Amino acid sequence: MAAGKEIRNQIRSVRNTQKITRAMEMVAASKMRRAQERMRAARPYAMKMRAVIGHLRYAHPEYRHPFLAVRPVRRAAVLVITSDRGLCGALNASVLRAALLEIETAARDGIELDFCTIGTKGLGFLKRLGVRIVAHVGHLGDVPHAHDLAGAVKVLLDGYRTGTLDRIDIVYNRFVNTMTQKPVVERLLPLPEVEDPSLKHLWDYLYEPEARDVLEQLLSRYVETLVYHGVVENGASEQSARMVAMRAASDNAGKLIGDLRLRYNKARQAAITQEISEIVGGAAAV
Amino acid sequence: MATIHVDIVSAEREIFAGEAQAVFAPLVLGEIGILPRHTPLLGRLKPGEVRVQVSADEQHQFYVTGGLLEVQPNIVTVLADTAVRARDLDEALAQAAVTRAEEALVDRGDNFDHARAQAALVEAMERLRIARKYRTAGGHR
Repeated sequence: MAAGKEIRNQIRSVRNTQKITRAMEMVAASKMRRAQERMRAARPYAMKMRAVIGHLRYAHPEYRHPFLAVRPVRRAAVLVITSDRGLCGALNASVLRAALLEIETAARDGIELDFCTIGTKGLGFLKRLGVRIVAHVGHLGDVPHAHDLAGAVKVLLDGYRTGTLDRIDIVYNRFVNTMTQKPVVERLLPLPEVEDPSLKHLWDYLYEPEARDVLEQLLSRYVETLVYHGVVENGASEQSARMVAMRAASDNAGKLIGDLRLRYNKARQAAITQEISEIVGGAAAV
Repeated sequence: MATIHVDIVSAEREIFAGEAQAVFAPLVLGEIGILPRHTPLLGRLKPGEVRVQVSADEQHQFYVTGGLLEVQPNIVTVLADTAVRARDLDEALAQAAVTRAEEALVDRGDNFDHARAQAALVEAMERLRIARKYRTAGGHR
């Protein structure tokens, strides 16, 4: 029965793993609900902010704010949002694959790339690649705050302001639904093109107190909002991806246990059969 | 009668969306009243109250701590840092915030930021003023 004991140990170890994955699944499920609420709450502000920026693209401000400048791209920055922790399926891998694609295209177009990472998983990966990382924020916890991100965002904005950066992109996982998260690359600066023909005549805003102040506040707030929104969205994606991955792991463990038990029972049956036939054989010989 | 579409959102949530006859908002240089077909405007908000006149006898009041205001001929968007319905303000909490802000101004710590402390006091006092103003109008107690 040596084989039987081995299998029994194996079953016990798989069952312990299953307990862990099941607990993680439940933790992720409850965190996911909160993360989704946070994401939903942040959406209206981000949407309105996008709408206002869309209008602004059609205005003809007499004051040219540095963030409105569009230059030929020689050096660009990519902000990569990943999770701090693993065991969440292909979530980080797919974001980093999108980042790799950016690196390839940039290399082909002769653009130099700077990176800014939010989340330790992205930092580790990009460090191994040996790319230039100009800023990093990690360990945001389950409730990210906009002011935790301000420092990293400022590094990028200052780069754009002084003209060292000509383009800023952000890569993160967009939350589609619990089963699906999609890695997306979005342009932060220069402002993306939007079509709205009703605004296509020559006009400008009245500014109060002053164009420079108002545009400065609006544009930096815009970028901060988008980054914060990306982080919140990635957070919701992380929890759902982890929940789904852990459920798959628990199910898989269940299947494994079933297979092992079958093998154990077979081995036990075989041992009993063998013993009986030995006894019968022994009796016949006597 | 012509109306404008008003959206008030704060970083945490959407707080008001709907048609209105007029909107009043506290900009840094003073209060502004916006009627339909106003010329486009971008302005910075200071702490104070935003009033939305939905009809002759229906008005909504909100307390904002600051943010931005965008006006298009038929849309008004208030991007507030934080926004609360005026009648949801708690007078006791507002009073406590004023006291705290005043103490902060007197008791200067190691890295004292005068501008920030001053701004906090202005914000707290405005909150208290609005809380008192709508205390009875809101129907509380």
